[in-house]
Parts: sequence; C-alpha cells; structure tokens
Amino acid sequence: MTTLAPLYPTHQPRKLKVATVSLAGCFGCHMSFLDIDERILELIEHVEFDRSPLTDIKHVGHCDIGLIEGGLCNSENVEVLRDFRKHCKTLVAVGACAINGGLPAQRNHLDLGEILQDVYGSRTGMSAGSAIPNDPELPLPLNKVHPIHEVVHVDYFLPGCPPPADAFWRFLTDLMAGRTPHLGHGLMHYD
Amino acid sequence: MSTVSSPASTAGPWQAEALDALLARRGRDPHALVQILREAQAMHGWLPRDMQAAIADALGLTLAHVEGVASFYRFFHDRPVGRYRVLFSDNITDRMLGNEALLLDLCRRLGVQRGEVRADDRVSIDFASCTGLCDQGPALLVNHHHVVTRLDAARVAQIAALIESRVPVDEWPADWFAIVDNVQRADVLLGTPLQPGAAIAAALERGADSMLDEMKQSNLRGRGGAGFATGQKWSLCRAAPGAEHYVVCNADEGEPGTFKDRVLLASHADPVFEGMTVAALVVGARRGLVYLRGEYRYLLEHLEAVLQRRREQHLLGASIQGRAGFDFDIEIHVGAGAYVCGEESSLIESLEGKRGTPRIRPPFPVEHGYLGQPTTVNNVETYCAATHIALNGGVWWAGIGTPRSTGTKIHSVSGDCERPGIYEYPFGTSITRILEDCGARDTQAVQVGGPSGVCISAFEFGRRIAFEDVPTAGAFMVFDRSRDMFEVARNFAHFFAHESCGFCTPCRVGTALVAKRMDKLAAGHGSRHDVEVLFELDKLMHTATHCGLGGAACNPLRDTIAKFRPAYEQRLKSLHFEPAFDLDAELSIARAMTHRDDPASHLETER
Repeated sequence: MTTLAPLYPTHQPRKLKVATVSLAGCFGCHMSFLDIDERILELIEHVEFDRSPLTDIKHVGHCDIGLIEGGLCNSENVEVLRDFRKHCKTLVAVGACAINGGLPAQRNHLDLGEILQDVYGSRTGMSAGSAIPNDPELPLPLNKVHPIHEVVHVDYFLPGCPPPADAFWRFLTDLMAGRTPHLGHGLMHYD
Repeated sequence: MSTVSSPASTAGPWQAEALDALLARRGRDPHALVQILREAQAMHGWLPRDMQAAIADALGLTLAHVEGVASFYRFFHDRPVGRYRVLFSDNITDRMLGNEALLLDLCRRLGVQRGEVRADDRVSIDFASCTGLCDQGPALLVNHHHVVTRLDAARVAQIAALIESRVPVDEWPADWFAIVDNVQRADVLLGTPLQPGAAIAAALERGADSMLDEMKQSNLRGRGGAGFATGQKWSLCRAAPGAEHYVVCNADEGEPGTFKDRVLLASHADPVFEGMTVAALVVGARRGLVYLRGEYRYLLEHLEAVLQRRREQHLLGASIQGRAGFDFDIEIHVGAGAYVCGEESSLIESLEGKRGTPRIRPPFPVEHGYLGQPTTVNNVETYCAATHIALNGGVWWAGIGTPRSTGTKIHSVSGDCERPGIYEYPFGTSITRILEDCGARDTQAVQVGGPSGVCISAFEFGRRIAFEDVPTAGAFMVFDRSRDMFEVARNFAHFFAHESCGFCTPCRVGTALVAKRMDKLAAGHGSRHDVEVLFELDKLMHTATHCGLGGAACNPLRDTIAKFRPAYEQRLKSLHFEPAFDLDAELSIARAMTHRDDPASHLETER
C-alpha cells in the first residue's frame, strides 16, 4: 500500500489578522479575553495579532477582525474607530461600553462645559492659575459619550460587562470556521 | 348628565366629600378603578398622589397598583395639566390638513411650549393620537371631553382669546362642537330604518338555538379587523362553563383613520345595543359592557339616554319584552386614551380596572374573559350586523358580499378626496370603485385598515375589499401624488412608539428604534444600512412581540419600503453608514471651553 501524493499542492490556511483596541473602556474586556487561558495557544495557531495591547503596534493595518472595547468619549476615540472600520472586514463591538456607552456615558446627563469648569476651574485645592487643559496634543472630549454603532457600521455585538472568556472563544472560533457566530443562552450576558 | 364639563384643573386641595360620594356611587368596587380615576380626574383636573392613596385605601388596593393604573393611561395625569388641556389630533390626515402649524400658532398665541403647562396653570397643549374625526379635521380635544372640528387659523385665534379670557369650554360657540355623520353611501346597515325591539322579538321567536344557527349561516365575520366568525365565537362562549356570561362591545375605535363606530354610536346606537341583547340571549349573559374610547367621551350622555329609553321600552332590564328569565342590562365603561385597549384581552383588563396589558392567549375571552368568566367581545359594527341578521335571517346576509366575506362593510374614508365620510359597500367592492365614489384624483396610495392594515399602491387599485383579498377594520385613507409616503410611514411609526403598552421589550424598544431610525432618515442622515436595519426590526417584531400591536407596528414600514422605495432612497445620504448626528458639532463645548480651533480640534464629517 502506498499513499498517493495529493493531486494539488496543499497550503496552510492563511492566518486571520485580528486587531483589538480599548477606546473609552477599562481594559476589562481585554482581561476577560485573556481568560481564555491556555486556549490562546490554539488561537495563535489560527490568528495573527495586528494593532492590539498584546503587540504594541500603534497603527492598525488591513485586518479580518477588529474587536472594539469601550465607547466614544473624545475625538481620538472617533478617529481610531474610523481607522478600524476602514481596515477591518468584520468589526465587533465588545462589551457594554462599546454597545451602550456604559459607565463613561453616566456623564451624559451633565453638561460637559460645567464638568470641565468644575474639575479644572472651581474644585477646591487647585493651584493658582489652573485652567482647562488646551494643549493641541490633547484630544477634545465629545459633548456626549456615544456607543460605537452610532458612528460606524458594526457587524457583531458581543454583550457583557465584560463578556465571559467562553463568549470570546465561541465567537472567534465560530467566525474562524466560517459560521455565523451564535452565543446562545449562558454566554449572552448583560452584566 | 355629567355635572362637570367646565375646566377644573386646580393645584388646590381636592374635595374629600366629593370623592367619597363618587366612591360610594361606584360601590367601592376595585374593578371600577379606571372609571373612578376618570371621574375623580373630571372633578379635580388631575390625580394628586394623596388622592390616589385615598382611592387605594377605599378600594382595598395598594397605592402602587393605583399609580400603576393611573400612569398607564394617557388621559390620566399625576400632575396639573392646566385648566385647559388642549390635545391636537395627530393622525396623518390631520397632518395633511395642517395641524402642526395650527398647534404652533396656538402655542405662540398663548405663550406656552408644546407639552408644558403655562406658568399660571392656565393651559397646556400637546398632540394626541387620532381622535376619529379625520373627515372633518383638523380636530382637537379640550379637557378630554369637548371636541372642536374643522380647525383653521381664525378658529385657533378665537380659541386662544377664549382661553385667555377664561371662558368655560361649555360656553364656546356650539357650532364648533358640531360633529356631522357625513354618511355618503348607505347600504343595509346604515340605510334600513329599524324599529327598536323588532330584532329582539324576532330572536325570541326563533329561540336562542335557532338564532345561533342563523348567525352561523350568515357567516358574519368580526368587523374589528381579525375577521373571526361571530357565530362560532358566540357558540364557544355559550358552551363555556361559568357562573356568569358577559357580552362586551368593543367601541375603542383607536385605529387611526377609523371613525365608523363613532357614526354608528351617534346615529345608530339602537341596533348596536339590540345586537348586544341578541348576543346575550344566545350566550346566556345578564350583563353587557360597552368599552367606549376616551376620545368619544362626548357620546356618553347620548348613549346613556338611549340605554335609559330602551329600559323604559322593556328592551333592557328584567324580563325583556315580557320574557321571564331574559334579564340583561348594559353599562358603559369609558377608556382613557390607550390604543392597545382595542385588543380584546387588554380591553378586558381595562374593564377590570387594571392596566391595559394584553393577556396571554389561550385561554381566549370566550372561555376566560371578564372576571374570568366566558365573554364574547365584538365590534360595534358586528353587533349592528347581528341585529339585521336577527331580523332578516342568516341566508339573507350570506347572500350579500362574497362567499367568504358576507354582508356589507362600513368604510371611514378620509385624506385626499372631495367627499370624505362614511361609505358602506358590500364586501367584494374594488378599491377603484371607492376611490371614484369619494372623488379621489391622482391617487398614489390608499392605507386600508389603518396603520396596522395594508398600504395599497396605484397598480393594485383593482383589488377588492374582502377577507380573501384586502381585509380591513374600516379605515380608508387616501393619499394623492403630492404626498410623501415616507412621511406617512414615519407618522405611523411614531404612533406605534407612542401607543406601545411597554409590557414586552421587542415592542417597547422596537417601536422606539423604528421611530428613531425613521427620524434619522428624515433628517438626511440615512444610508442603505439604515433601510436594512428597518427590515431587520420588522422581522424581529413580527416574530417576537407579545401581542398584535407590536407585530403590526412595522406593516406600514414594510409596505412603503416595498412599494415606495424611492421615497426612502431619496433620503439616503450615502450607501455606507452615516451617523445620525454631526460629529464635529459634538466637539463644540470642549472647543469653546478650551478656546481651541486648531485642526485637531475638529472632526471631519464628510468622508
């Protein structure tokens, strides 16, 4: 018995490129992502990380999947988000802040001008000559905190604060296998 | 007759003795809570919390329950709403007649913002859902009691002056309150004069069993829209075990653009009550209830008078027409501004003095209805038809119309036509025929059956009104080519968002998402993506909502996207996603506070 050589040359499938970022978030979703523990070894057999806190790459390149944690609270968030949308085939809103604005959106019922005035102008214990920071390097805060789907088209939503590690795993393995991601009962969290 | 018809909203203390008298008159019955709240509000103008607490105490209910009920209905207020509460009807037909400009004009003249109470507690002005006066609009409702029709700029100016000089609404010019029937085409229901009692006599002669057979032979189907066979409903109710059986008339005509029940109740109340009496004979009921929508409150005195006359004629009460053991009487329950109460199970909840939240069915009301007893709920027009069937027999009725849609149907025609009003046709009449008769020209679309019905475009005008083709609950709104069908759908989307009872999330959130997305398109921020989202919402709501309101809420959206897609497409700014707001403007406060105007302090909007 001899083993026939395959008719066509076989290639290792190309690794999917994944980028992740935390906008107005707390990195809690990223921490939960890392909770997939040893499965990360299996994951990196199939994916390659582009811009992400894991790689420290500063600018996102062309990617298959972009995972966005956090909502939009300033102009830099908007620019990074737009950059991700331009470069990622599939964009995913991860966690309560990206989906609904989350905790940062608690400032939405206050006037931004009054907040800035209170924090940098009239708070007790301020040093003389304190003013609202206006360095052009600093991104300006938006009038209101927005969820990301209000500014770009979002393909999938991964709810939870944070989404459990198993939800990340299920979602990514579904997506990598070409299935429509479906979390189902138990992985669909709203807290 | 009501003694309180002048404005009464006061910030002062309420009258404990008057409330006591009212509670005593209602027998301190917790099932009468909605009526008690309505009458208490008519005395005081609004429902202070301590007054609700006193009502709760007297009825043995918790304050939370009473507040829950009071806050459910739009016409109940837990804060003062001014001595004059002015509500402009906001159906699309009122919009087409210019109600928005008239409302703004009245607000400007009286110096009050829409939705707010003027500082001197004199007046508040807002929109309300369709008041059922589309053929003589624009219309408004004052203090949930008086209706002013055929508004124009001159009338608005006079209203402002009357309110400024504190003239009670009772003393406003009487012709303003004139409501005409506008019957343009009468067939058997509207055109045959009846002798009160004749149908009851005929039914008694036949006997209950044979009367039920006539109903089944007639193949009459319910006129509220769903089209369930009336004979079968009565038969199920009659067979269901229960200590009491009830007959309920659904006169909560809330579907925008529908006003046929108003005309039947105003001018043909006898056949309606007589049909209820025949139903009572068949199902074995001793009590009947009419659920009259709050917007038709002005009909109450007239209807009570008809009931009283019928009692004197021995057509209601004990031993009707001398038949020992045939006891039946009817009472009227007035709603308080909730569209969802037109759904039979929420109507029953409301009759029982609760929030009008739809029940889970089955069990259906025929087995488990009012107070848990077998109850038959039928539309006003259905009872009217039953009266004619009792007189002339089921075979006669089945000979009119089509085999699967027997008899005639009354249509409320409004919108772009020369002769709006009431048209009665046999089933099977084509839409073209109705359009010709009402003098509609250059018609682009007809919304048949109201927002939860179907939108018919010009190439389908040959279709016929019947359950097997275009079913209807009675509304027939005509739109000519000057109208924007997107705006029509957007008006309906806001209607459903306004009227969702809030019980289930798919409807409560879904209707709001649809309205918001339509507003985004209207503001010129739309993209193809938004149209897809609207499609998805339609699919989701059709399968996930608790009752028919949420399921039907996207019908106008689906129909207009399918048939008038250019009306949507012309609003799309891009094929790609567009935010609903100007991102650069979102930095305005921070720019002003930091005095920055460098390039990094701006966000590009056009991309």
